Amino acid sequence: MKEKMLGVLSPASRAKGGVRVPHHKNTQDCEAVRFVGVETVVLPMLQHIGAPCSPVVSVGDTVGIGQLIGDSDKYMSVPIFASVSGVVSAIGIVQTAPGKRVEAVTIKSDGEMRPYCEFSPPTVNSREDFLKAVRNSGLSGLGGAGFPTHVKLNVPPEKKIDTLIINAAECEPYITVDYRECIENSEHVISGTKLILKHLGIENAIIAVEDNKPKAIEVLSKLAEKGKNIKVMSLKSKYPQGAEKMIVCSATGRKVPPGKLPMDVGCIVINVASVSFIDRYIKTGKPLVSRTITVDGSAIRHPQNVRVPIGTKIKDIIDFCGGFTEPPFKMITGGPLMGTALLNTDAPILKTYSAVLAFTKGSYKVKPERDCIRCGRCAFVCPMHLVPTDIERYVLARDPEKLIKSNVGACMECGSCAFACPSGKALVQYIILGKDIVREAGLKNE
Amino acid sequence: MNKKPGNTSVKEELRLMNGDESHLPTVSASPHIRSHDTTTGIMLDVIVALIPSLIAAVALFGPRAFAVTAISVLSCMLFEYIARKAMKRQNTLGDLSAVVTGILLAFNLPSAIPLWMVPVGAFIAIVIVKQFFGGIGQNFVNPALIGRIILMVSFPTAMSTWIGNYVWGGGADAVTSATPLASLATIFDGNDFSDASFAQLPSNLQMLFGQTGGCLGETCAIAIILGMIYLIARRVISPIIPFVYVGTVALIMLIAGCGSIRFMTAQLLSGGLLLGAVFMATDYTTSPINSKGKLIFAIGCGLFTSVIRLYGSFPEGVSFSIILMNILSPLIDLATKPKPFGYFKEKKEKKEADA
Repeated sequence: MKEKMLGVLSPASRAKGGVRVPHHKNTQDCEAVRFVGVETVVLPMLQHIGAPCSPVVSVGDTVGIGQLIGDSDKYMSVPIFASVSGVVSAIGIVQTAPGKRVEAVTIKSDGEMRPYCEFSPPTVNSREDFLKAVRNSGLSGLGGAGFPTHVKLNVPPEKKIDTLIINAAECEPYITVDYRECIENSEHVISGTKLILKHLGIENAIIAVEDNKPKAIEVLSKLAEKGKNIKVMSLKSKYPQGAEKMIVCSATGRKVPPGKLPMDVGCIVINVASVSFIDRYIKTGKPLVSRTITVDGSAIRHPQNVRVPIGTKIKDIIDFCGGFTEPPFKMITGGPLMGTALLNTDAPILKTYSAVLAFTKGSYKVKPERDCIRCGRCAFVCPMHLVPTDIERYVLARDPEKLIKSNVGACMECGSCAFACPSGKALVQYIILGKDIVREAGLKNE
Repeated sequence: MNKKPGNTSVKEELRLMNGDESHLPTVSASPHIRSHDTTTGIMLDVIVALIPSLIAAVALFGPRAFAVTAISVLSCMLFEYIARKAMKRQNTLGDLSAVVTGILLAFNLPSAIPLWMVPVGAFIAIVIVKQFFGGIGQNFVNPALIGRIILMVSFPTAMSTWIGNYVWGGGADAVTSATPLASLATIFDGNDFSDASFAQLPSNLQMLFGQTGGCLGETCAIAIILGMIYLIARRVISPIIPFVYVGTVALIMLIAGCGSIRFMTAQLLSGGLLLGAVFMATDYTTSPINSKGKLIFAIGCGLFTSVIRLYGSFPEGVSFSIILMNILSPLIDLATKPKPFGYFKEKKEKKEADA
């Protein structure tokens, strides 16, 4: 099955560490279904990393799809647009899935899904125009972290970028949205890649896909053949292959030093769905108002991929997917390894959510926490070459100096250590606590 | 809703938001899925790997071997239970580590040992070495080995009375036999590595199958190697420690024996070297975590074992050398701390900048 295809690159190097996770790509053949029947959307003013937006509409205003409702004059921020047409019914503090309390605009839909205006493509003649257009599209990384894309693409001129890496690894179990994007919108992926290459003056692009998605590799490599500087690369299926530093290492063999960014080694890594969106925005001018999410897990009656207006309540999406088969024991937004557990289904879908997963009690295994036996599996699988069990001990001892020496700040919280731990230790939790201890002590994380 | 977080307890907040908590989903930090590996599973793998040696022990030393092992396992479990209870801690019998310690302790005892001594060793191993230091994962030396060493220095005669192989159906063979190690020490002292001097030693084949004097679990090399293959295949242990440990001893013995292959193989197959290298030195808790550390640890074990065997007053040095390296493990861990991903020295950066 995994015979080598012509024109598909092999990984440049193999990063150490990582774990083999069960894939559970149950929804990989589910074409994204458009969500219908939205009643209200809640649009938090902070859906990205950076400064929150302030609402530019007031209660009672009538809005249309794509109308600007929140903006900020800060650089590290992206605007937020209305995702349904209707009336602004409330502006106030809401709690998002990770427990953050942020200001949000609630829009009651009039059911018409009427666009705010006739969208027109932005004029893009220069690099600055392009970056401005990306910002105005409301795009922040669709992969999960939510880093403002215009900031990521705006590399200082002294950093020479030679490779653009399109991240389609999708190493988290269950999630298939990036895979579907590669299959359904492959044209957009390729032409979006070309746009970025052209406007930022980058020579080569590598579309990196894990080898458990042979169809995506096939479709993309056929299209990429025409453009000589875009290559598809088949990566080993291993978690966390899609993590920024890992994918740079696999794709180019370069290692991003601790505390540095991919641009320091001449790379930009961007999520495949973000690339595809950039192309659509540049061609149509319609801002980011919806996204595709995977709805899956044993407690979901009809697992599928759904294209939903941003701000739709998770409850409504689950109802759209046939509801729960039984009350869920565990609900997650994002993947099971890095996602956030949900307390209830009231929270809205943000730009960064790639999945909603719900599991029944019977299918969800809880590993009780026991004492560490120092088996070293956590250190063996850590892609950042840390020793999580030592970090745990230093956290319990509240020792900020030892924590710094253990490079706790280099941890990207991928969860490989806790996944592998036979004692069921909540290692990621300890590490996050460790970072806080270092911060409290007023010391700098390296 | 506008209350600052922290003013209400999480539970109260949940109650306010939902009225009823009982049907709420579980909220926990990521990751939300875990591998199938468990401590119990790992210990079970070790027990499975020890079964060939147990069968060999019973075949070689008769029913008494089984009795010693059973007493050792049962007393280890009992002491573990009592110690945890007395210290008001969670019962940890379920992780099976006490069973592993029990089997390993028994494998380090001669079959002729008075049975009452076995629980003494178990008490030292479980209560003093393991539970007094905090239980599983906290002991700084291997419990079974300390149990053996204390018994050996307290009851030297009982601990070095070797009886020959049991003759099934013919009753116990009560003839006291010397271990090959004692003969090997004589050969080394006499500096005569001619074939004639090996005459009193059992043949390599006999030693491979364990037909020689020694502790319960250490004589049958084949059974230990089978266990090792299983543990490596199941990825329970890394092959570094057993291979490098045995390799180091082999190299030193080859030099010490002036190139005598017979001297080297006899050294490798006699005493507790294989048992120690496969099951004792690879103990997670008392060996370094990363590969570089394991390498240093294994070389150290090999060095100490060889030196004690060649020059020490005890014929056997495996337990002492592993204990010595156990004590050094935290320091080895410290010295071999891995550099974070992408780390490079400042110097290199300058070079790159110049180029």
